[in-house]
Amino acid sequence: MLVIIDYQAGNLTSVVRSFKALGVEGEVTQDPGAVTRASRVVFPGVGAAGKAMATLGQLGLDQALRECFHQGVPILGICLGAQIVLDYSEENGTPCLGLLPGRTRVLPRQPGLKIPHMGWNRVRWLRPHAVFKGLPEAAEYYFVHSYYPDPAQENLVLGVTEHGVTFPSAIGTRNLVATQFHPEKSGRFGLQILANFLAWDGSHAE
Amino acid sequence: MLSKRIIPCLDVRAGRTTKGIKFKNNVDVGDPVAMARVYYEAGADEIVFYDITASSDRRDIMIEVVRNVAREIFIPFSVGGGIRNLDDMRAVLLAGAEKVSVNTAAVLAPGLVAQGARAFGSQCIVLGMDVKKVAPTDAIPSGYEMVIHGGRTPMGLDALRWAQEAERLGAGEICLNSIDADGTQAGYELTLTRLISEHVSIPVIASGGAGTPDHLYQVLTTGRADAALIASMVHYGTYTIRQIKEYLDGRGVPVRLAW
Repeated sequence: MLVIIDYQAGNLTSVVRSFKALGVEGEVTQDPGAVTRASRVVFPGVGAAGKAMATLGQLGLDQALRECFHQGVPILGICLGAQIVLDYSEENGTPCLGLLPGRTRVLPRQPGLKIPHMGWNRVRWLRPHAVFKGLPEAAEYYFVHSYYPDPAQENLVLGVTEHGVTFPSAIGTRNLVATQFHPEKSGRFGLQILANFLAWDGSHAE
Repeated sequence: MLSKRIIPCLDVRAGRTTKGIKFKNNVDVGDPVAMARVYYEAGADEIVFYDITASSDRRDIMIEVVRNVAREIFIPFSVGGGIRNLDDMRAVLLAGAEKVSVNTAAVLAPGLVAQGARAFGSQCIVLGMDVKKVAPTDAIPSGYEMVIHGGRTPMGLDALRWAQEAERLGAGEICLNSIDADGTQAGYELTLTRLISEHVSIPVIASGGAGTPDHLYQVLTTGRADAALIASMVHYGTYTIRQIKEYLDGRGVPVRLAW
């Protein structure tokens, strides 16, 4: 069962619809029990790290996610879900889940540079991963964010994107993979990533 | 590098697209869902729906359109026209739109922008602005005035001040329409677009006046816009989105070419 975690961080409609288009009916849930029973977990979200961590804690979803991670269940983090899997976020000075070592940092402001980083941008793939296979180099993905994940180890960065700075836009460790961009809003290539995730057994050579 | 977005705008009245859109392959040109699918496959970076009817009894029809569009396309799309309160926003977003655009209601009650941003996040809240060039006065130092009710009611409110205020209130993006340029197909209002874009840090979508790919080039470079809205030039089959993007790419403007 594919479970999509609902922790009141934004609208999950497009995530649900995208998996449906791939023939998979995801279960949207706030129930930690349903998350720990899942065979595959999507951890989406938009919004602020502070409120997100507080809500995850109140609902008991933080522990459920840790359990899934330690049991080897394939997990896909999206956007905010790619940020709060790290140890800490500069947004609201928030201690986070710590599934992947590193910090979430604010995109530095520069004259003439629009923040949030909103729109389509490329990913330069640095390391192969089953979830990102078969994507052309010219493909672009849809981003909306002001913070980015910065893993502590280079081998956890799978792809990078440029917006003023070069930042990690796809990260992963073991059975966890996460994108700063929104595959569910990134057209055909985004759907390809979701399809790859559905076929992924959760293994990854680091 | 962030690509400049090319965004077709579809006007919808009572659940039907209104402009006489020319397409081959038996596409029902009055069906917004079929039209959205066509533009999605043709390389649109985003789609804007503008609900012209926008009365409360027609709202349900538009929500049904949004729900059906969301099943068909996997890029962001926004809905504007007659969004008056948080309930209107919520209905559109839960039906599957990525963003909701507020215009008249935000000028009349600026708190709506802040409420929307708090409830759904700034990234969902687009401020639609209809702007007219006027002689500069103390009240309108920029010489650009806000006009509401679809261009009928001038508000004595400076467009630049309003754009900055809306950013402060939490708008995530501005869709800037020049009433003077709208419908002319003679080019975007470059001075206005540049003025607003240089004085806010959120993205600005230029709207009104597109007739040729060079008009888009001008507004995305000289005008400093982050995205360009297009209507007639693609609806009537004069240009394809690919032709426009290839023109821009040939002149060094970053655009998404693979889809």
